[in-house]
Amino acid sequence: MATIFQSSLRSPADASENPVPAARVTSALDLIGNTPLLEITKVTAGLLRPGVRILAKLEGFNPGGSVKDRPALSMIRAGLERGELRPGKVIIDSTSGNTGIALALVGAVMGYPVELVMAANVSRERKKTIEAFGAKPIFSDPLESSDGAIRVCRKIIAENPDRYFKPDQYNNEANARAHFETTGPEIWRQTHGQVTHFLAGIGTGGTVMGTGRYLKSRNRSIKVIAVEPDDALHGLEGLKHMATSIVPGIYHENELDDKIPIGTEDAYEMVYALGQVEGILVGQSSGAALLAAIKVARGLKEGCVVTIFPDFGDKYLSTNLWIGWQAWARERLPQLLKKWNP
Amino acid sequence: MSVRVRVPTPLRRFTAGSEEVAAAGESIKSVIEDLERHHPGMRERLLDDKGEVRRFVNIYLNGDDIRFLDQLNSRVKDGDDISIVPAIAGGR
Repeated sequence: MATIFQSSLRSPADASENPVPAARVTSALDLIGNTPLLEITKVTAGLLRPGVRILAKLEGFNPGGSVKDRPALSMIRAGLERGELRPGKVIIDSTSGNTGIALALVGAVMGYPVELVMAANVSRERKKTIEAFGAKPIFSDPLESSDGAIRVCRKIIAENPDRYFKPDQYNNEANARAHFETTGPEIWRQTHGQVTHFLAGIGTGGTVMGTGRYLKSRNRSIKVIAVEPDDALHGLEGLKHMATSIVPGIYHENELDDKIPIGTEDAYEMVYALGQVEGILVGQSSGAALLAAIKVARGLKEGCVVTIFPDFGDKYLSTNLWIGWQAWARERLPQLLKKWNP
Repeated sequence: MSVRVRVPTPLRRFTAGSEEVAAAGESIKSVIEDLERHHPGMRERLLDDKGEVRRFVNIYLNGDDIRFLDQLNSRVKDGDDISIVPAIAGGR
Protein backbone atom coordinates (compact mmCIF):
# COMPACT_ATOMS: atom_id res chain seq x y z
CA MET A 1 0.00 0.00 0.00
CA ALA A 2 1.03 3.60 -0.39
CA THR A 3 2.93 5.03 2.54
CA ILE A 4 3.88 8.56 3.42
CA PHE A 5 7.66 8.35 3.38
CA GLN A 6 9.56 9.29 6.49
CA SER A 7 7.50 12.16 7.71
CA SER A 8 4.58 14.35 6.90
CA LEU A 9 5.84 16.99 9.27
CA ARG A 10 5.17 20.47 8.04
CA SER A 11 7.06 23.59 8.99
CA PRO A 12 7.61 27.13 7.72
CA ALA A 13 9.21 27.46 4.34
CA ASP A 14 12.84 28.08 5.25
CA ALA A 15 13.62 24.37 4.87
CA SER A 16 15.83 24.28 7.92
CA GLU A 17 17.80 21.13 8.62
CA ASN A 18 15.58 20.20 11.57
CA PRO A 19 11.99 20.96 10.68
CA VAL A 20 9.33 21.08 13.31
CA PRO A 21 5.62 20.70 12.72
CA ALA A 22 3.91 23.97 12.01
CA ALA A 23 1.15 23.63 14.55
CA ARG A 24 0.15 27.24 14.13
CA VAL A 25 1.23 29.94 11.70
CA THR A 26 0.22 33.55 11.25
CA SER A 27 0.32 33.69 7.44
CA ALA A 28 -0.64 31.31 4.66
CA LEU A 29 2.81 32.03 3.22
CA ASP A 30 4.34 30.19 6.18
CA LEU A 31 2.63 27.02 4.94
CA ILE A 32 4.54 27.02 1.64
CA GLY A 33 6.96 24.11 1.30
CA ASN A 34 7.83 21.13 3.48
CA THR A 35 5.45 18.92 1.55
CA PRO A 36 5.40 15.16 2.23
CA LEU A 37 6.79 12.33 0.11
CA LEU A 38 4.47 9.46 -0.80
CA GLU A 39 6.00 6.10 -1.69
CA ILE A 40 4.17 4.69 -4.72
CA THR A 41 3.84 0.95 -4.29
CA LYS A 42 0.66 -0.39 -5.88
CA VAL A 43 0.66 0.82 -9.48
CA THR A 44 4.28 -0.34 -9.62
CA ALA A 45 3.45 -3.85 -8.38
CA GLY A 46 5.69 -6.41 -10.07
CA LEU A 47 7.52 -3.78 -12.08
CA LEU A 48 10.45 -2.90 -9.82
CA ARG A 49 13.29 -4.83 -8.22
CA PRO A 50 13.11 -5.04 -4.41
CA GLY A 51 15.80 -2.41 -3.85
CA VAL A 52 14.09 0.22 -5.97
CA ARG A 53 11.65 2.76 -4.60
CA ILE A 54 9.66 5.56 -6.20
CA LEU A 55 8.71 8.54 -4.05
CA ALA A 56 6.42 11.36 -5.10
CA LYS A 57 6.59 14.79 -3.52
CA LEU A 58 3.03 15.95 -3.05
CA GLU A 59 3.12 19.61 -3.92
CA GLY A 60 -0.65 19.84 -3.77
CA PHE A 61 -0.21 20.33 -0.03
CA ASN A 62 1.02 23.87 -0.58
CA PRO A 63 -1.61 26.46 0.42
CA GLY A 64 -2.19 27.58 -3.19
CA GLY A 65 -2.52 23.91 -4.14
CA SER A 66 0.62 23.51 -6.24
CA VAL A 67 4.41 23.54 -6.49
CA LYS A 68 4.12 27.05 -7.93
CA ASP A 69 3.68 28.63 -4.49
CA ARG A 70 7.43 28.23 -4.03
CA PRO A 71 8.65 30.24 -7.05
CA ALA A 72 5.83 32.78 -6.72
CA LEU A 73 6.90 33.66 -3.18
CA SER A 74 10.58 33.63 -4.13
CA MET A 75 10.11 35.88 -7.18
CA ILE A 76 7.95 38.41 -5.33
CA ARG A 77 10.39 38.58 -2.43
CA ALA A 78 13.26 39.09 -4.88
CA GLY A 79 11.30 41.88 -6.61
CA LEU A 80 10.73 43.63 -3.27
CA GLU A 81 14.40 43.28 -2.32
CA ARG A 82 15.53 44.79 -5.62
CA GLY A 83 12.97 47.60 -5.40
CA GLU A 84 11.30 46.50 -8.64
CA LEU A 85 8.06 45.83 -6.77
CA ARG A 86 6.85 48.61 -4.49
CA PRO A 87 3.53 50.08 -3.34
CA GLY A 88 1.42 51.34 -6.26
CA LYS A 89 2.65 48.68 -8.67
CA VAL A 90 0.64 45.80 -10.10
CA ILE A 91 2.00 42.25 -10.36
CA ILE A 92 1.40 40.87 -13.87
CA ASP A 93 2.45 37.66 -15.61
CA SER A 94 1.40 35.16 -18.22
CA THR A 95 0.37 31.84 -16.74
CA SER A 96 -1.92 28.96 -17.59
CA GLY A 97 -2.98 28.54 -14.01
CA ASN A 98 -0.93 27.28 -11.10
CA THR A 99 1.56 30.14 -11.14
CA GLY A 100 -1.35 32.51 -11.47
CA ILE A 101 -3.06 31.03 -8.45
CA ALA A 102 0.22 31.22 -6.51
CA LEU A 103 0.89 34.84 -7.50
CA ALA A 104 -2.70 35.74 -6.65
CA LEU A 105 -2.33 34.10 -3.23
CA VAL A 106 0.97 35.83 -2.45
CA GLY A 107 -0.33 39.15 -3.81
CA ALA A 108 -3.43 38.87 -1.61
CA VAL A 109 -1.37 38.26 1.52
CA MET A 110 1.13 41.02 0.72
CA GLY A 111 -1.49 43.54 -0.43
CA TYR A 112 -0.49 43.88 -4.10
CA PRO A 113 -2.99 43.79 -7.00
CA VAL A 114 -2.39 40.96 -9.49
CA GLU A 115 -3.32 40.69 -13.20
CA LEU A 116 -2.82 37.40 -15.05
CA VAL A 117 -2.78 36.70 -18.78
CA MET A 118 -3.84 33.18 -19.72
CA ALA A 119 -5.12 31.34 -22.76
CA ALA A 120 -8.91 31.33 -22.66
CA ASN A 121 -9.02 27.51 -22.58
CA VAL A 122 -7.46 27.01 -19.14
CA SER A 123 -9.74 25.13 -16.79
CA ARG A 124 -12.72 26.94 -15.31
CA GLU A 125 -11.68 26.05 -11.79
CA ARG A 126 -8.38 27.86 -12.27
CA LYS A 127 -10.00 31.02 -13.56
CA LYS A 128 -12.41 31.02 -10.61
CA THR A 129 -9.68 30.35 -8.07
CA ILE A 130 -7.62 33.25 -9.39
CA GLU A 131 -10.62 35.55 -9.07
CA ALA A 132 -11.33 34.24 -5.57
CA PHE A 133 -7.86 35.42 -4.53
CA GLY A 134 -8.73 38.88 -5.85
CA ALA A 135 -6.66 38.78 -9.06
CA LYS A 136 -7.86 39.92 -12.51
CA PRO A 137 -7.69 37.38 -15.38
CA ILE A 138 -6.96 38.58 -18.94
CA PHE A 139 -7.60 36.04 -21.69
CA SER A 140 -5.51 35.39 -24.81
CA ASP A 141 -6.30 33.37 -27.96
CA PRO A 142 -6.66 29.68 -27.05
CA LEU A 143 -5.30 28.68 -30.47
CA GLU A 144 -1.96 30.24 -29.60
CA SER A 145 -1.47 28.35 -26.36
CA SER A 146 0.80 29.68 -23.62
CA ASP A 147 3.10 31.37 -26.12
CA GLY A 148 0.15 33.57 -27.11
CA ALA A 149 -0.33 34.55 -23.45
CA ILE A 150 3.35 35.49 -23.21
CA ARG A 151 3.00 37.81 -26.23
CA VAL A 152 -0.19 39.49 -24.92
CA CYS A 153 1.45 40.05 -21.55
CA ARG A 154 4.48 41.69 -23.20
CA LYS A 155 2.17 44.02 -25.14
CA ILE A 156 0.24 45.13 -22.03
CA ILE A 157 3.47 45.94 -20.20
CA ALA A 158 4.94 47.76 -23.22
CA GLU A 159 1.92 50.07 -23.26
CA ASN A 160 2.37 51.02 -19.59
CA PRO A 161 5.78 49.86 -18.39
CA ASP A 162 5.92 51.79 -15.09
CA ARG A 163 2.65 50.33 -13.84
CA TYR A 164 3.74 46.72 -13.68
CA PHE A 165 6.08 44.31 -11.95
CA LYS A 166 6.45 41.12 -13.97
CA PRO A 167 7.93 38.20 -12.04
CA ASP A 168 8.56 36.53 -15.44
CA GLN A 169 8.72 32.96 -14.25
CA TYR A 170 10.28 31.82 -17.53
CA ASN A 171 13.35 34.04 -17.15
CA ASN A 172 13.60 34.80 -13.42
CA GLU A 173 16.38 32.93 -11.65
CA ALA A 174 14.45 33.38 -8.38
CA ASN A 175 12.11 30.72 -9.80
CA ALA A 176 14.80 28.03 -9.95
CA ARG A 177 16.38 29.39 -6.76
CA ALA A 178 13.16 28.68 -4.82
CA HIS A 179 13.70 25.01 -5.59
CA PHE A 180 17.44 25.17 -4.89
CA GLU A 181 16.66 26.61 -1.47
CA THR A 182 13.57 24.59 -0.50
CA THR A 183 12.53 21.64 -2.72
CA GLY A 184 16.05 20.26 -3.09
CA PRO A 185 17.00 20.42 0.61
CA GLU A 186 13.65 18.91 1.59
CA ILE A 187 14.14 15.92 -0.72
CA TRP A 188 17.71 15.44 0.48
CA ARG A 189 16.55 15.51 4.11
CA GLN A 190 13.43 13.39 3.58
CA THR A 191 15.40 10.64 1.84
CA HIS A 192 18.36 10.89 4.26
CA GLY A 193 20.54 11.64 1.26
CA GLN A 194 19.61 8.35 -0.40
CA VAL A 195 17.96 9.87 -3.48
CA THR A 196 19.62 8.56 -6.65
CA HIS A 197 17.37 9.97 -9.38
CA PHE A 198 15.25 13.11 -9.54
CA LEU A 199 12.60 13.69 -12.20
CA ALA A 200 10.34 16.65 -12.82
CA GLY A 201 8.16 17.87 -15.65
CA ILE A 202 9.28 20.96 -17.53
CA GLY A 203 7.01 23.97 -17.78
CA THR A 204 9.41 26.80 -17.05
CA GLY A 205 12.15 24.37 -16.06
CA GLY A 206 12.42 25.98 -12.61
CA THR A 207 11.69 22.84 -10.60
CA VAL A 208 14.04 20.50 -12.44
CA MET A 209 16.83 23.09 -12.67
CA GLY A 210 16.78 24.37 -9.08
CA THR A 211 16.12 21.07 -7.36
CA GLY A 212 18.55 19.26 -9.63
CA ARG A 213 21.32 21.77 -8.94
CA TYR A 214 20.89 21.41 -5.20
CA LEU A 215 20.86 17.63 -5.28
CA LYS A 216 23.93 17.50 -7.50
CA SER A 217 25.68 19.89 -5.11
CA ARG A 218 25.17 17.30 -2.40
CA ASN A 219 25.96 14.25 -4.53
CA ARG A 220 27.21 14.64 -8.09
CA SER A 221 26.13 11.15 -9.05
CA ILE A 222 22.41 11.92 -8.62
CA LYS A 223 20.73 11.79 -12.04
CA VAL A 224 18.48 14.71 -12.92
CA ILE A 225 15.88 13.98 -15.58
CA ALA A 226 13.22 16.15 -17.21
CA VAL A 227 9.79 14.94 -18.29
CA GLU A 228 8.08 16.49 -21.30
CA PRO A 229 5.11 15.86 -23.62
CA ASP A 230 5.92 13.61 -26.59
CA ASP A 231 4.48 16.03 -29.12
CA ALA A 232 3.84 19.72 -29.67
CA LEU A 233 0.10 19.01 -29.58
CA HIS A 234 -0.53 17.49 -26.19
CA GLY A 235 -2.88 17.56 -23.22
CA LEU A 236 -0.43 17.73 -20.34
CA GLU A 237 -1.42 21.02 -18.78
CA GLY A 238 1.56 22.77 -17.25
CA LEU A 239 4.17 21.03 -19.36
CA LYS A 240 6.01 22.32 -22.42
CA HIS A 241 7.29 20.47 -25.47
CA MET A 242 10.62 22.26 -25.56
CA ALA A 243 11.58 21.60 -29.17
CA THR A 244 8.55 23.53 -30.42
CA SER A 245 8.15 26.16 -27.68
CA ILE A 246 9.73 29.44 -26.68
CA VAL A 247 12.57 28.06 -24.54
CA PRO A 248 12.58 29.67 -21.06
CA GLY A 249 15.72 31.59 -20.16
CA ILE A 250 16.11 29.65 -16.91
CA TYR A 251 16.03 26.28 -18.69
CA HIS A 252 19.48 24.87 -19.40
CA GLU A 253 19.20 21.47 -21.00
CA ASN A 254 22.93 20.83 -20.71
CA GLU A 255 22.50 20.44 -16.93
CA LEU A 256 20.14 17.50 -17.40
CA ASP A 257 21.18 13.86 -17.56
CA ASP A 258 18.19 12.89 -19.66
CA LYS A 259 14.77 13.95 -20.93
CA ILE A 260 11.85 11.55 -21.18
CA PRO A 261 8.88 12.09 -23.51
CA ILE A 262 5.45 10.96 -22.28
CA GLY A 263 2.23 10.52 -24.26
CA THR A 264 -0.84 12.39 -23.07
CA GLU A 265 -3.23 9.44 -23.04
CA ASP A 266 -0.77 7.29 -21.07
CA ALA A 267 -0.41 10.05 -18.49
CA TYR A 268 -4.19 10.41 -18.21
CA GLU A 269 -4.56 6.69 -17.53
CA MET A 270 -1.91 6.87 -14.83
CA VAL A 271 -3.95 9.60 -13.17
CA TYR A 272 -6.97 7.28 -13.16
CA ALA A 273 -4.83 4.47 -11.73
CA LEU A 274 -3.44 6.64 -8.93
CA GLY A 275 -6.94 7.49 -7.82
CA GLN A 276 -8.11 3.89 -7.90
CA VAL A 277 -5.37 2.20 -5.88
CA GLU A 278 -3.05 4.73 -4.31
CA GLY A 279 -5.96 6.86 -3.10
CA ILE A 280 -4.54 10.04 -4.51
CA LEU A 281 -6.18 12.30 -7.09
CA VAL A 282 -3.64 14.34 -9.02
CA GLY A 283 -3.32 16.41 -12.19
CA GLN A 284 -2.10 15.09 -15.53
CA SER A 285 1.46 16.35 -15.08
CA SER A 286 1.76 14.03 -12.05
CA GLY A 287 0.64 11.10 -14.18
CA ALA A 288 3.37 11.96 -16.69
CA ALA A 289 5.96 12.32 -13.91
CA LEU A 290 5.15 8.92 -12.46
CA LEU A 291 5.23 7.19 -15.85
CA ALA A 292 8.68 8.62 -16.47
CA ALA A 293 9.80 7.66 -12.96
CA ILE A 294 8.66 4.07 -13.59
CA LYS A 295 10.57 3.98 -16.90
CA VAL A 296 13.73 5.03 -15.08
CA ALA A 297 13.16 2.82 -12.03
CA ARG A 298 12.57 -0.32 -14.13
CA GLY A 299 16.13 -0.08 -15.39
CA LEU A 300 17.65 0.01 -11.90
CA LYS A 301 18.89 -2.76 -9.63
CA GLU A 302 18.57 -0.45 -6.68
CA GLY A 303 17.79 3.19 -6.26
CA CYS A 304 15.61 5.88 -4.77
CA VAL A 305 13.74 7.70 -7.51
CA VAL A 306 12.05 10.92 -6.47
CA THR A 307 9.60 12.83 -8.61
CA ILE A 308 7.32 15.80 -8.21
CA PHE A 309 3.52 15.61 -8.23
CA PRO A 310 2.94 19.31 -8.99
CA ASP A 311 -0.68 19.48 -7.80
CA PHE A 312 -3.84 17.60 -6.88
CA GLY A 313 -6.54 16.77 -9.40
CA ASP A 314 -9.58 18.59 -8.13
CA LYS A 315 -9.05 21.54 -10.43
CA TYR A 316 -9.14 19.30 -13.52
CA LEU A 317 -12.40 17.47 -12.91
CA SER A 318 -14.22 19.53 -15.56
CA THR A 319 -11.45 19.19 -18.15
CA ASN A 320 -10.73 16.78 -21.00
CA LEU A 321 -8.57 14.73 -18.60
CA TRP A 322 -11.69 12.79 -17.63
CA ILE A 323 -13.19 12.32 -21.11
CA GLY A 324 -11.77 8.80 -21.55
CA TRP A 325 -12.32 7.76 -17.99
CA GLN A 326 -15.43 5.63 -18.36
CA ALA A 327 -14.06 3.54 -21.22
CA TRP A 328 -10.84 2.95 -19.26
CA ALA A 329 -12.76 1.96 -16.14
CA ARG A 330 -14.85 -0.48 -18.17
CA GLU A 331 -12.15 -2.01 -20.37
CA ARG A 332 -8.90 -1.79 -18.41
CA LEU A 333 -9.61 -1.34 -14.72
CA PRO A 334 -10.92 -4.84 -13.84
CA GLN A 335 -7.74 -6.60 -15.00
CA LEU A 336 -5.51 -3.94 -13.46
CA LEU A 337 -7.23 -4.29 -10.10
CA LYS A 338 -6.43 -8.01 -10.13
CA LYS A 339 -2.77 -7.11 -10.51
CA TRP A 340 -2.81 -4.33 -7.94
CA ASN A 341 -4.99 -6.10 -5.35
CA PRO A 342 -4.14 -9.81 -5.89
CA MET B 1 -18.14 21.30 -49.62
CA SER B 2 -15.34 23.72 -48.80
CA VAL B 3 -14.76 24.76 -45.21
CA ARG B 4 -12.23 26.90 -43.36
CA VAL B 5 -10.15 25.20 -40.67
CA ARG B 6 -8.37 27.23 -37.98
CA VAL B 7 -5.13 25.50 -36.99
CA PRO B 8 -3.54 25.85 -33.53
CA THR B 9 0.14 26.76 -33.19
CA PRO B 10 1.33 23.20 -32.39
CA LEU B 11 -0.08 21.93 -35.71
CA ARG B 12 1.08 24.75 -37.93
CA ARG B 13 4.24 22.86 -38.76
CA PHE B 14 2.00 20.72 -40.97
CA THR B 15 0.44 23.73 -42.71
CA ALA B 16 3.65 25.61 -43.54
CA GLY B 17 2.82 28.02 -40.72
CA SER B 18 -0.70 28.87 -41.91
CA GLU B 19 -3.23 29.70 -39.21
CA GLU B 20 -6.12 28.82 -41.48
CA VAL B 21 -6.45 26.35 -44.32
CA ALA B 22 -9.25 25.32 -46.66
CA ALA B 23 -10.47 21.74 -46.67
CA ALA B 24 -13.23 19.73 -48.31
CA GLY B 25 -15.66 17.13 -46.96
CA GLU B 26 -19.22 16.25 -46.03
CA SER B 27 -18.48 15.56 -42.36
CA ILE B 28 -15.80 16.38 -39.80
CA LYS B 29 -14.35 12.93 -40.43
CA SER B 30 -13.97 13.49 -44.17
CA VAL B 31 -12.60 17.00 -43.56
CA ILE B 32 -9.88 15.42 -41.39
CA GLU B 33 -9.11 12.92 -44.17
CA ASP B 34 -8.80 15.83 -46.59
CA LEU B 35 -6.51 17.65 -44.17
CA GLU B 36 -4.35 14.52 -43.99
CA ARG B 37 -4.10 14.36 -47.79
CA HIS B 38 -2.85 17.94 -48.05
CA HIS B 39 -1.02 18.18 -44.72
CA PRO B 40 0.30 14.70 -43.86
CA GLY B 41 0.63 14.07 -40.11
CA MET B 42 -2.52 15.92 -39.08
CA ARG B 43 -4.79 12.88 -38.71
CA GLU B 44 -2.49 11.10 -36.27
CA ARG B 45 -2.38 14.22 -34.10
CA LEU B 46 -6.16 14.59 -34.07
CA LEU B 47 -7.39 10.98 -33.94
CA ASP B 48 -6.33 8.04 -31.76
CA ASP B 49 -5.72 4.40 -32.78
CA LYS B 50 -9.45 3.72 -32.74
CA GLY B 51 -10.09 6.64 -35.06
CA GLU B 52 -11.71 8.74 -32.34
CA VAL B 53 -10.87 12.35 -31.53
CA ARG B 54 -8.01 12.42 -29.05
CA ARG B 55 -9.14 13.35 -25.56
CA PHE B 56 -7.01 16.46 -25.42
CA VAL B 57 -8.23 17.82 -28.75
CA ASN B 58 -11.38 19.87 -29.08
CA ILE B 59 -12.93 20.45 -32.50
CA TYR B 60 -15.48 23.21 -32.90
CA LEU B 61 -17.93 23.45 -35.81
CA ASN B 62 -19.18 27.03 -36.11
CA GLY B 63 -18.35 27.47 -32.43
CA ASP B 64 -20.00 24.25 -31.20
CA ASP B 65 -17.93 21.41 -29.71
CA ILE B 66 -18.49 18.39 -31.96
CA ARG B 67 -18.65 16.17 -28.83
CA PHE B 68 -22.03 17.78 -28.26
CA LEU B 69 -23.06 17.42 -31.92
CA ASP B 70 -22.66 14.16 -33.84
CA GLN B 71 -18.95 13.78 -33.06
CA LEU B 72 -16.91 12.92 -36.19
CA ASN B 73 -20.10 12.31 -38.14
CA SER B 74 -21.23 15.90 -37.65
CA ARG B 75 -22.29 17.19 -41.07
CA VAL B 76 -20.59 20.23 -42.53
CA LYS B 77 -21.80 22.59 -45.21
CA ASP B 78 -20.15 25.03 -47.57
CA GLY B 79 -18.49 27.94 -45.79
CA ASP B 80 -18.52 26.39 -42.32
CA ASP B 81 -15.82 27.34 -39.82
CA ILE B 82 -13.95 24.58 -38.04
CA SER B 83 -11.51 25.27 -35.19
CA ILE B 84 -9.03 22.79 -33.74
CA VAL B 85 -8.25 23.83 -30.17
CA PRO B 86 -5.87 22.03 -27.81
CA ALA B 87 -7.72 21.24 -24.59
CA ILE B 88 -5.01 22.83 -22.51
CA ALA B 89 -2.86 25.87 -22.66
CA GLY B 90 0.65 24.46 -22.12
CA GLY B 91 3.26 26.25 -20.02
CA ARG B 92 2.67 26.98 -16.39
